[in-house]
Amino acid sequence: MIAETGLAALWLAAGLAAIQFVLMIAALRTETEVSRAMRSIAVLQGVLTLIAFAMLIIVFARSDMSVALVFENSNSAKPFIYKVAGAWGNHEGSMLMWVTILAVAGAFLGLLAHRTGERTLLAALGAQAVLALGFYAFLLFASNPFARMWPAPPDGQGLNPLLQDPGLAFHPPTLYLGYVGLSVAFSLAVGALLTGEVDSRLARAMRPWVLAAWILLTLGITAGSYWAYYELGWGGYWFWDPVENASLMPWLAATALLHSINVLAARGALKAWTMMLAVIAFSMSMVGTFLVRSGILTSVHAFAIDPQRGTFLLALLAIYVGAAFVLFAWRGAVLKEGAPFELVSRESGLVINNLILSVILGVVFVGTLYPLFVEAVSGEKLSVGAPYFNAVAGPLALLLAALVGIGPLLAWRRERRPVLKKLPIPALLGATALAITIILWPQMNMLPRVGFMIAAYLAAASLLPLIGRNPLRAPFATWGMVVAHFGIAVALLGMAANAAFTVERLAIAQPGDILSVGPWQVQLQSVVPTAGQNFTAVEAELRATRGGDIITLSPQTRYFSDPPTATNESAIRTFWNGQLYTVVGKQDVSGAWQLRLWWKPFVTLIWAGGALIALGGALALVGRRFRFSFFRRREKADWRRERYA
Amino acid sequence: MKPKNQRLVLVAAALAAVLAAVLLAMWGLRDRASYFYTPADIAAGKAQQGQAMRLGGMVEQGSISHLADGVTIRFVVTDGKANTPVLYRGIVPDLFREGSGAVAEGRLENGTFVADTILAKHDERYMPPQLGNLAAEHKAGKTLEK
Repeated sequence: MIAETGLAALWLAAGLAAIQFVLMIAALRTETEVSRAMRSIAVLQGVLTLIAFAMLIIVFARSDMSVALVFENSNSAKPFIYKVAGAWGNHEGSMLMWVTILAVAGAFLGLLAHRTGERTLLAALGAQAVLALGFYAFLLFASNPFARMWPAPPDGQGLNPLLQDPGLAFHPPTLYLGYVGLSVAFSLAVGALLTGEVDSRLARAMRPWVLAAWILLTLGITAGSYWAYYELGWGGYWFWDPVENASLMPWLAATALLHSINVLAARGALKAWTMMLAVIAFSMSMVGTFLVRSGILTSVHAFAIDPQRGTFLLALLAIYVGAAFVLFAWRGAVLKEGAPFELVSRESGLVINNLILSVILGVVFVGTLYPLFVEAVSGEKLSVGAPYFNAVAGPLALLLAALVGIGPLLAWRRERRPVLKKLPIPALLGATALAITIILWPQMNMLPRVGFMIAAYLAAASLLPLIGRNPLRAPFATWGMVVAHFGIAVALLGMAANAAFTVERLAIAQPGDILSVGPWQVQLQSVVPTAGQNFTAVEAELRATRGGDIITLSPQTRYFSDPPTATNESAIRTFWNGQLYTVVGKQDVSGAWQLRLWWKPFVTLIWAGGALIALGGALALVGRRFRFSFFRRREKADWRRERYA
Repeated sequence: MKPKNQRLVLVAAALAAVLAAVLLAMWGLRDRASYFYTPADIAAGKAQQGQAMRLGGMVEQGSISHLADGVTIRFVVTDGKANTPVLYRGIVPDLFREGSGAVAEGRLENGTFVADTILAKHDERYMPPQLGNLAAEHKAGKTLEK
C-alpha cells in the first residue's frame, strides 16, 4: 500500500499543478480573486510531493523488494543509512526528489513572497506549476519510482558501491536544492516579464532564492570535488567530467545572476539583463539534469542508460527554455530603460564580472556539449577534457579573480576617485609572490605561477572594503562579499600549490620496504585481509614518518559482491601544510604490492576556499534578510543601505 | 550616457561575450579535443603521432605483461581487425582484465600507445558507449565459436 499511496500523492499533485496553471491564466486575464486559492494549492502540492517522497524512503528503508526500484538499487544487507540514501541514489528516486524540491520551493514561494506585486507572484506561481507539470509527466509516464514487480524477488541487486559513502547522502540533495532553487528565480523572472513589473522590488524578492541556491550549489560542488578526490583514488579534485560541468554551469550562471541582481535591487538598472540571466541560470540547471539523468554521457557518475527518458527530458528542456526565450524576446524589449551609470562605476564593474562569467560559461558549455553534438551529427567520437578547459577557461578565471579585487571599491553610478591608488599593498604582495616563485622555482608552469601571484594580491585586496571604516559596523552583506572574495584567493592558493608542489610516488613494495614521497618516509608494514558489512577487503598498514611525526595509514581495496565491483579506498591524513594521500593497488607475481603515494602541500585550501565562498553567501543571506551588522545602530531605510553598502 | 545608448552598449557587450566564448571555444577545441580511435583506425593511419587521443578496444587474451618495476604494464588492445600495443604506468582499474573492454587516454609514440589513464570501469555491467557495438560483436563471435 505504501508505494500506491506515494503514486496517488504524485497524481494528485500533478492535478493540482494543472489547476494552478489554469488559475494563473484566469488571474492574469480577469484579475479575479484567486490569489489565495493559488497560494494554498501551491502549498498543498508541496505537501503531496513530500508525502510521495516519504513513501519512497519508507519502501527503501523496509527493503520492500516488490517495488522494482528497490530491487534494482538496494540490497537487504546494506547498512541502514545507505538504504535510505539509496532512495535518491538512482534515476527515478532522484527525479522524484527533484520534483519534490520544485514543488516545495513553489509552496514556500506562495507562503513567503510578499515583496513583489501580487500579479507578478501569481504569474510566477503559474510558471512554477508549468515547470512542475512537465516533471510530473516525466515521472508518471517515463520513470515511475513506485512500479511493482510480481512475484517479489527474494533480494535486491545492490547499489553501486562507489555510492556507498556518506557523501552520497548529502551531495545530490545539496546540488538538487541548488538547481531547483534557481527554478524560483526563473519563475519570478517569467512572471515579471509577463506583468512587466521588472523592478528593484522584484530583485529583492528574487535575491534570497538566488543566494540560497548559489550557496547550496557552491557547497555541493565543493563537497562533490572532495568526494571525487578521496573516493576515486586518483588524487585529483576536478576532472572536467561532463557531470562535474553539469553542476559548474548553473553555478557560473547563478554567480553572474547574484551579482547583476544587486544592480537591479540597488539601482534599478540591468533589468532585461538580469531577467535573461535568471532564465539562463535555470536553463543550465535543466541542461545539467538532462546531461546527468538522460544517460547521454558515460562517466563515473552517469548510471542510467535509457534513450527514451533522454528524449523526454530533452523535449522538456527545449519547451521550457524555448518558451522562456520567446517570452524574453517579446517582453524584454518593452521594459523601461534602467537608471543610467557611467563607464567607471560599480555597475560597470558588475557588468564586466557578468561578461567574463558568461564567456567562461560559454566555453564550458561548448566544451561539454561539442563531443555529443559531433557524435550525433557525424558519428565521430571525441572527448574534450582538462587540456581544453584549463587552457581556455583557466586564464579567464584568473583574469576575473584579478578584477574581483577592484570591483567592490567602485562607487555606484560613477566613480571619480582614483581607485587603483588604493591597491599598492595588494599589488606589492602579488609582485612579491611572483618574484618568490621565479627565484625559488624557475621551472614552475605558467598557470600556477600566475595563480600564486593573483591569490596573494586578492587575499589582501578582498579585505579593502572593510578598511577605512569600523569593520564591526559594516553590514553583514559587505562582510559576506569580503569573505566570499577572500575565499576565492584561498581556493586559488590551494589549486596553485597542488599544481606546483604535488609529489607522486608509484612503486611496488614488499612488507618492510620504505618509500619516500616529499618529506615523508612511508613503510609498508603488512597487508591483511579484512571485511565490512557487505564487502571484503585487503588493507595495507603503512607507517609514515617525517622528522618526529609518526602516523599510520590503512588504505584498502574493497571487493563487493552485489553488484560485483572493487573500489580503492584511499587513506588520507591532513596536516596544516598538506595532505598525505595513499592508495594500495594490486599484488604482483612476486608478492609485492603496488602503492601510490602523494604528498599534496596545501591542497585542503581548495575546499576551505569553497567553504569560505559559501559562508560569505550565507552571511549575505542572513544580513539581507534581517539587516544585521555586528552592532546595530540606526535603522536606515533599505534603499540607503543598499546604495552605500 | 543616455539610457537608450546604454542599452545599446549593453546589448553589444552581451553579443561580444557570446561571440568571444564561441571563438575561444573553437580555438581551444581545434587542437585540444582528443579523438577516439580503435586499433583499426590507427592501423589505417588516421591517428597522428603525439596527439592526445583515446584508444578503445578489447584487451587481448594473454597479452598483459608486467615490467620489472612492478607498476608498468604492457598489453595489446584489439578490435578484431588490428592490434595496438599499449604501455601504461600506474594502478590499473580493478576490473581491467584480459578479454574485457578498456579505454585508454594517451598518445601514440612510435607505434606504441603510451597511456596516461586507463578509464575506470567501475562495474562489470558498464561498457563505454563507444565500445557498445564492439562488445556486442565480440560476444556474438564468442557464442558462434562455442
